Amino acid sequence: MVFGRSERPRLPTAIKILIAGGFGAGKTTMVGAVSETRPLRTEEVLTDRGIGVDDISAVEAKRTTTVAMDFGRITLSNDYVLYLFGTPGQERFWFVWDELAEGALGAVILADTRRLADCFPSVDYFERRGTPFVVAVNCFEGAQTFELDEVRMALQLDPSIPIVMCDARKRDSSREVLITLVKHSARLRAEPVGT
Amino acid sequence: MTPPADHDEEHWVDPEIIRPYVVTRGRTRPAHGRFDLISMALAVGPLPGPDAGLDPEHLRILQLCREPKSVAEIAAHLNLPAGTIRVLLGDLFDRELVSAQEPQSEVDMRDVRMYRAVLDGLRSL
Repeated sequence: MVFGRSERPRLPTAIKILIAGGFGAGKTTMVGAVSETRPLRTEEVLTDRGIGVDDISAVEAKRTTTVAMDFGRITLSNDYVLYLFGTPGQERFWFVWDELAEGALGAVILADTRRLADCFPSVDYFERRGTPFVVAVNCFEGAQTFELDEVRMALQLDPSIPIVMCDARKRDSSREVLITLVKHSARLRAEPVGT
Repeated sequence: MTPPADHDEEHWVDPEIIRPYVVTRGRTRPAHGRFDLISMALAVGPLPGPDAGLDPEHLRILQLCREPKSVAEIAAHLNLPAGTIRVLLGDLFDRELVSAQEPQSEVDMRDVRMYRAVLDGLRSL
């Protein structure tokens, strides 16, 4: 027996936010802190000809790479589910970033003040792509504290881009970062909708 | 699984690479549609019996999707690449065993109601 279309329960619409930053900046930590389950991992198997390869016999001859992405889920309501994706760290996987960034609500760039330069590529990428983003300075224990203005200057961030302190291990702190991003994205992109 | 000591390095293919192709019988794209990493799927109707001609992986997806799940979640739970899950979901969609929902698109990102819903949801966490 198959349900008629009208009887089918309505499916929630998924929204995604990317969590970017350098290696060890706390991406997976933040995903885990604010998601409803421990971080999950999904893998795409890629060959150097891309995903659309039909002939298995050719696999031997090509380099295969597995790109792993950690992600988490937040069920917001019956209508919306939010997914947080940690971006793959290696910059040679830009094409995976392109797929992830497509249709994303925005991105959080986690900055580690001990290795601030590590988040330059993320800032450049999202600026170029026009994806709304905020910078969250992850306050590691033992890290020298910087004024947010100093970090903003070092990253050459536009004054309109929010920059906040956070503790990626803490649920409340990570949630505040997400709220800052959603408000910023709404300011940039939302339009009143006629009924 | 350990390769034999005298195996020829160049001809060894990692079984982790092969398994996804076996599960989909070599197909790399779903028959219809395109499932995004966060397209949502939900099983429709009762679980088909063993005579329905479905593979174990199809049945596991149907069991998992009694609650709405994304392609990425299904892939993580079945420990298969997302591309493989897209193919299997395409099979189930063709047989009307799952319904699917595309994610919020880039165009929909202008919808002010969506932002309100997301903010409300985050604040009530």
